[in-house]
Amino acid sequence: MEFTFTDEQRMIAETARAFFSENATSARTRAAMEGEGIDRALWRDFCQELGFSGISIAEDAGGAGLGLVELAILAEAAGAHVAALPMLGSLMLAAQAIAAGGSEAQREAWLPGLLSGEAIAAFVEDAGLEARDGKLTGGSGFVAHGALAELCVVTDGSGAWLVRRDAAGVSVSAQTTMDQTRPLAEVRFDGASAEALTDPAEGLAAANRAALVGLAAEALGGAQASLDRTVDYARERVQFGRPIGSFQAYKHRLADMMVEIEQARSAVYWAACAVDEGSEEAPLALHAAKSFAADTAFRCAADMIQLHGGIGFTWEHDAHLFFKRARSIQTLLGKGDWHREQVAAMILGEAA
Amino acid sequence: MKLGFSQADEHFRQECADWLNGQMAGEFRDIKGITKLTGSPERRKEWEKQLAAHRWSCIGWPEQWGGRNATLAQQVIFAEEYARAGVPGRVNHIGIELAGPTILTFGTEEQKQRFLPGIAAGETIFCQGFSEPNAGSDLAGVRTKGRLEDGEWVVNGQKIWTSLAHISDWIFVVTRTEEGSQGPRGLTFLMMPIDQPGIEIRGIRQINGDAEFNETFFTDARCPADSYIGTVGEGWKIAMGLLAFERGVSTLGQQMGFRNELDEIIAAAKANGAAGDPLIRQRLAKAEIGLRLMRYGALRMLSQTDNSRMDGAALTYKIQWATWRRSLGELAMDVLGQAGEVSAHDEYEWDTLPNLFLFSRADTIYGGTNQIQRNLIAERGLGLPREPRWTA
Repeated sequence: MEFTFTDEQRMIAETARAFFSENATSARTRAAMEGEGIDRALWRDFCQELGFSGISIAEDAGGAGLGLVELAILAEAAGAHVAALPMLGSLMLAAQAIAAGGSEAQREAWLPGLLSGEAIAAFVEDAGLEARDGKLTGGSGFVAHGALAELCVVTDGSGAWLVRRDAAGVSVSAQTTMDQTRPLAEVRFDGASAEALTDPAEGLAAANRAALVGLAAEALGGAQASLDRTVDYARERVQFGRPIGSFQAYKHRLADMMVEIEQARSAVYWAACAVDEGSEEAPLALHAAKSFAADTAFRCAADMIQLHGGIGFTWEHDAHLFFKRARSIQTLLGKGDWHREQVAAMILGEAA
Repeated sequence: MKLGFSQADEHFRQECADWLNGQMAGEFRDIKGITKLTGSPERRKEWEKQLAAHRWSCIGWPEQWGGRNATLAQQVIFAEEYARAGVPGRVNHIGIELAGPTILTFGTEEQKQRFLPGIAAGETIFCQGFSEPNAGSDLAGVRTKGRLEDGEWVVNGQKIWTSLAHISDWIFVVTRTEEGSQGPRGLTFLMMPIDQPGIEIRGIRQINGDAEFNETFFTDARCPADSYIGTVGEGWKIAMGLLAFERGVSTLGQQMGFRNELDEIIAAAKANGAAGDPLIRQRLAKAEIGLRLMRYGALRMLSQTDNSRMDGAALTYKIQWATWRRSLGELAMDVLGQAGEVSAHDEYEWDTLPNLFLFSRADTIYGGTNQIQRNLIAERGLGLPREPRWTA
């Protein structure tokens, strides 16, 4: 038992933090928001210069063979800057699904492009999807980075298919999305040619684990950044002749944020470790981490707006980026209430 | 980063569990499952001696003083298995977790020899004399006076919230020994025997009807001149050092107690149908998640760290568990419904869950109120401006 980073993990964390704080600046994120919702240069550097994109992909699939703890470290660092990257769709969902559930040919066809950042993938969930003779009909209106993806990993919850953007019968339209750092798109399939993943159960399970940990870690990074930025403001902003951080009403609220964040930190790394170690606690930990960290991010970002006063409500200030990202994390891959209901069923002994 | 325990540790876990379960099924079966601190005090004093006889009373202490020099992981494991086996809390918690480590760290060789064997053997039960009617959150405001007279300390004043003073043998007392001093200066940390005419103990009846806390009155109470720990006039340093020991591995055992409480609530919800209520289900899930996060927060806190972000776990731990448990008490009552508001006893006495509801109101007060915790977190954890305090 050693529930703290190893030296290697600490190095990864330091490298990732430095990379994002230097490069994922507010100006660049805002430029991405004005454009297609992705900072392509940042993504290329992350994948190619840092070489971190394959960190939790198996070595035989072209990755570094590390675990979800390392993925969480990266996602936390990216989340701290609301970086506009396709990390969720490309790495946590598609690459994981293909690496764990794809055939040799499917891995070879797609993983090099996804890990180098040259290809972007999106994940499409449609419980009512129709699959007939290798053709899919259905789609979703809420596909993260769907308008930019060359590849869609599509699932109805049990099967999983790969669909190329340029296949006949695929139509995509970008949505005006509240969180402009991870815009959603409507993706429709009308008899689109699809290739089934060889082992959909394994692929979907791997994608689900990585994405829940990754989103929770991203939420943690956002929550901590919200707190850190508000603490800085509390020290420098003076009213009534005192820094506002000297008022108990204010500092107690910051303390409450820290209490939540420390629990979120335990949740994220517990879930990541539990998966990596194959612990029987892993399913519960994933539900716990996603729901708890997402709520923490939302609460902290909302408090950041309130505690900044008027400036926190402006477009110019970054608070709204964290607030909107937190809201989207709450909804993605199951709302908090749904995850908690799964936990309730487990502890009441009702789980299947 | 690793959550699992080593093979050797798992063997140790089995050894602990076997011995504890054996005791709770055998000679000490009568105390199994007691949750109130005040239940069966005489038998629980015998249990302290039994633990000592098998070298389980203070496993984290050095072997020389009756411990096992146990690693942190082993201490965690013992604390978890102790609670899992349904063994009641230690009546000598203060002696083992606070007085002992304080003497080990700050005491003289002679003091170690005088006190440690008795504490380790379960023969010397300690209690803590810190708070006073006018020195609660502001502990440095103590007024209980100590003066040297004819080779003895003579102490006058009053302490309050002295848990289990009525069954203790010794009390450590923060006294003001420098006439006219204020705040943290001029205080001395004294060890006093309780069985003497100058000390009077009166129970304080709490909202749950029980009385585990006391008022302790000192009227020319006495102890020998060499009964101070550290330096005369610098007792504050000792008191603060002692409080740092409080966040030790015993928290993991405390959590197993919480586990038992939550399990009882889950069982009650299944039995009376409350488990079908979606709102109750959400709250049960939140309670479960909170408890697990508490465990992993504690493991983070206990793991070696040089990562400043990780140290936040220690700073936020008290408010986290206290607030969680207070909510758990409310959840218990909402699960029980009106049945929770009537007792099967003729006396004003409550079973585990209603008692949890009432007692947990104290959790967010003792050991530093939630409000004081927030000050500490904001000031030490976030570097925000400090509240006004005693000037040295």
